[in-house]
Amino acid sequence: MNNWRADFPILSDERYIYFDNAATSQRPKQVTDAITRFYEQDNANPLRGLYEWSVRATDDYENARSAVAEFLHAKKAEEIIFTRNTTESLNLVAYSYGLSHLNEGDEIVVCITEHHSNLLPWQMCVKKKGAVLKFFETEPDGTLTEEEIRSKITEKTKIVAIGHVSNVLGVTHPVKKIAQIAHEAGAVVVVDGAQSAPHIAVDVQELGADFYAISGHKMLGPMGIGALYGRMELLEEMPPFLTGGEMIEFVTREDATYAEVPHKFEAGTVNAAGAYGMAAGIAYLKQVGFDAIMQQEEKLTARLLAQLKELPHITVYGSEDPAKHSGIVTFNVEGCHPHDVSSILDEDHVCIRAGHHCAQPLLQYLGVNATCRASMYFYNTEEEVDRFVEKLAGVRKELGYGS
Amino acid sequence: MDLKSMYREIVNDHNLHPTHKHDMEGANMELRGVNPSCGDDITLKLKVENGVITDGAYVGEGCAISQASADMMLDLVIGEDEENAKHLADIFMRMIKGDASEEEIEELDEAAALENISHMPARVKCAMLGWRTINELLEDEES
Repeated sequence: MNNWRADFPILSDERYIYFDNAATSQRPKQVTDAITRFYEQDNANPLRGLYEWSVRATDDYENARSAVAEFLHAKKAEEIIFTRNTTESLNLVAYSYGLSHLNEGDEIVVCITEHHSNLLPWQMCVKKKGAVLKFFETEPDGTLTEEEIRSKITEKTKIVAIGHVSNVLGVTHPVKKIAQIAHEAGAVVVVDGAQSAPHIAVDVQELGADFYAISGHKMLGPMGIGALYGRMELLEEMPPFLTGGEMIEFVTREDATYAEVPHKFEAGTVNAAGAYGMAAGIAYLKQVGFDAIMQQEEKLTARLLAQLKELPHITVYGSEDPAKHSGIVTFNVEGCHPHDVSSILDEDHVCIRAGHHCAQPLLQYLGVNATCRASMYFYNTEEEVDRFVEKLAGVRKELGYGS
Repeated sequence: MDLKSMYREIVNDHNLHPTHKHDMEGANMELRGVNPSCGDDITLKLKVENGVITDGAYVGEGCAISQASADMMLDLVIGEDEENAKHLADIFMRMIKGDASEEEIEELDEAAALENISHMPARVKCAMLGWRTINELLEDEES
């Protein structure tokens, strides 16, 4: 059995198999307790007050910033900006850095595996600035070759935006190599870390990432809090994304000067309780350890892939190597629409995702309309994998096929 | 009816062996209906003579519920006049929203079996696709 499960109240109902962790993880009691603690003991508007509670709330918030900085191996805490989620982090970079640095004819490169949140902000940028959007194309198993990377990054490239781990195929892209090639061409690298940060140790300096975006809710934290790492030199010269309260230095009738980074990018009352909860999630992940997380995910993935191979009428997408899935297994059942598959599984309390997974260009590339996705995390068990496969084996029959 | 029974007793048959899923010559009305978020995509074709739907068919792809629902709809409306077809589509769409009386639902014949979709928000769009499309097609003609 899995020792960590006891910390997750929602998992105590053993009838349910939660295999939609790539959409959002579950939260341990330590995280929900932390949020409650903030509201019950330290609650006040942070960064404004001159009294004890507000000072405590400010400390909680700023300590959370340090925890995220340490988690991503940023050089300093000020390089972490709190946002709502990865999507907002990437939009911040697109609106602030993108629009102020792109000119007509400049190029942005993304990968065909991108989630829409690392695609649409760049489509917006190229439309507004007359720039050009180019795509890295992957091999059939989702991997990227150095040749492909070099062929798309040119001296016209200003931004390379890449998802570290694909939310459909689970494949990890070679961000360090991409950053090195991008930097040689004078481009900056924006990394969508929504699917990587929950599963692998991230070191933004080692990777050479200029920006790195993450979501709290996919890594045990609460919903509505995320973060953006940005290299200080870049953040300092970027214009604000949102303007208003708490991000100013001086304001007159006509004009304003802005607060220092990171507050320049955090307009309005911040989600301090969310940040505090996100830090509690990070502390929990640290306790589990990324070696143990990867080991468990690989064990579960290997078991699932092996059993799916034995089942007739199943197509699995992505690598044959369980180590290259980050716990994500995307598949289809022949003749069955993924929404029907997930509805039938739902009757057996099996929670999986079905659809286009916010990655329509990738699905077009794979030649499918929609797929099923089972995504596992360290608290899932081998018993759940076996039970999942057993339920999946019965789906075609429920949908009117002989077997 | 639980979900698995609904598939077994009604949906699977219409999905795997549809009566009306084929191209049709001589259609004088045609409209495409799409659910962008799930990829259900049908083109509905009708032959309307003197205000009566004398034939109908659909082509396309999608989940079992969307396809079966469109097939059942055509079973029901072929032979009906346009007004009655709109009346039936209205009942169906209200049934899926949980807002139709038992007597009304009876008018839907076999399609009444989809009533429980009203408890599955994620599948509402699938069940509605064919009905929504015929409704738009007939409404558009009026305006």
